[in-house]
Amino acid sequence: MNVLEINNLKKSFDGREVLKDISLSVKEGEVVAIIGPSGSGKSTLLRCATLLETMDGGSLSYLGESAAAPDASGKTVYRDAAKLKEIRSKFGLVFQNFNLFPHYSVMKNITDAPITVQKKSKAEAENTARSLLAKMGLSDRADAYPYQLSGGEQQRVSIARALAMGPKMLFFDEPTSALDPELTGEILHVIQALARENMTMLIVTHEMAFARSVADRVIFMAGGVIVEEGTAEQVIDDPQNERTRVFLAKLTRE
Amino acid sequence: MLQQLGMGMLTSVLIFTLTLLGALPLALPIAFGRMSRFKPLSMLMRVYISVMRGTPLMLQLLVVYFAPWFVFKIPLSNGYRFYAVIIAFVLNYAAYFAEIYRAGIESIPKGQYEAAEVLGYSKRQTFSRIIFPQMVKRILPPTTNEIITLVKDTSLAFAIGVLEMFTLSKQIASAEKSMVPYAAAAVFYYIFNAVVAWAMERIEHKLSYYR
Repeated sequence: MNVLEINNLKKSFDGREVLKDISLSVKEGEVVAIIGPSGSGKSTLLRCATLLETMDGGSLSYLGESAAAPDASGKTVYRDAAKLKEIRSKFGLVFQNFNLFPHYSVMKNITDAPITVQKKSKAEAENTARSLLAKMGLSDRADAYPYQLSGGEQQRVSIARALAMGPKMLFFDEPTSALDPELTGEILHVIQALARENMTMLIVTHEMAFARSVADRVIFMAGGVIVEEGTAEQVIDDPQNERTRVFLAKLTRE
Repeated sequence: MLQQLGMGMLTSVLIFTLTLLGALPLALPIAFGRMSRFKPLSMLMRVYISVMRGTPLMLQLLVVYFAPWFVFKIPLSNGYRFYAVIIAFVLNYAAYFAEIYRAGIESIPKGQYEAAEVLGYSKRQTFSRIIFPQMVKRILPPTTNEIITLVKDTSLAFAIGVLEMFTLSKQIASAEKSMVPYAAAAVFYYIFNAVVAWAMERIEHKLSYYR
């Protein structure tokens, strides 16, 4: 079954078409990496999929449950707020800039949404948080505040925060772009571990190592369309499209 | 003399306290109105804030005090003086606080809203749990400034003859032909403000556990 299914997604900002008829589905347990130059629309695609941005056209569904679909006139209509809240609980998002809550401790960052939104008991939420922190190698940081953590630690906390909600799918928006190069390894290890546990993931990234080492499928986007997709070997090592080649050549030169 | 000044002091402290109790909460809906996407409401709040900040507080005080008579022909009573002071001060200070709140709310990064949205927080939960606590920390320094100004502004109540500290020291000073009451008033305002500044510093310190 497809965890995520997007069909014919269209999105414009002030008349400029950013996404032109994108269709994308992600199967359960699949790890998909989206690469492409800035301005290619990959972040907008991720923001539409996570309901942070509304689509102008097309449909979006999670696990067969429709979040948005075109009406008779073709204009995309979203479900009501209660339904969208339920659909939001099916996925988590890890931001480029972590977006941890600075006034909450690490523990509270991870437990506040399960307690406030999902009405879990404090004890249950803290148990989940503790095991997630152990998994992230951050057991001793539960009482720290975000500003006391390194970037890599903050990003691992934000992954734990997303996982605490029990999502069926995780999105990553350039999860290592705000980190020093030597810290990207920590995040890669976490994502690899999640992949082994069969977590469905969609990762927007500049990091070819990510795409190569964890992605089942790599999608190259440019100019608001999917230019090429396939395994990492196909897309990164043997690109068929000229635009993909130019982009990858630029990356390796840098 | 000291006893009289003591009474005035009490009145000043009361004006100060009631103004804060009224203006600090009232400023929040004003700030929301000012930020509203509903144009007529945000325009109305903009005009309100602009008038409150653009005209002297003393003049506003006189308007609030005399308006019932000149507009509605309601006879002025002695007891209304004090209420007029509180009404005028609350309306004026709420406008200033609203602008401070607005700046505070707008300074919270968009990512905080987005993180909360993805985690499923409602709009109300996002504001009360995520945005508001961070806003409070950010607005403390400018709010402290306003509160210290308010301590001194309480003396403006003399304009409609409310017997607060400054009015009384002026009366005693002219009756006794002495500067001492003014000096006493100065010492009082200074100590009052020192206490306020100390309290605000304590709150700032309490909120310094995060950055």
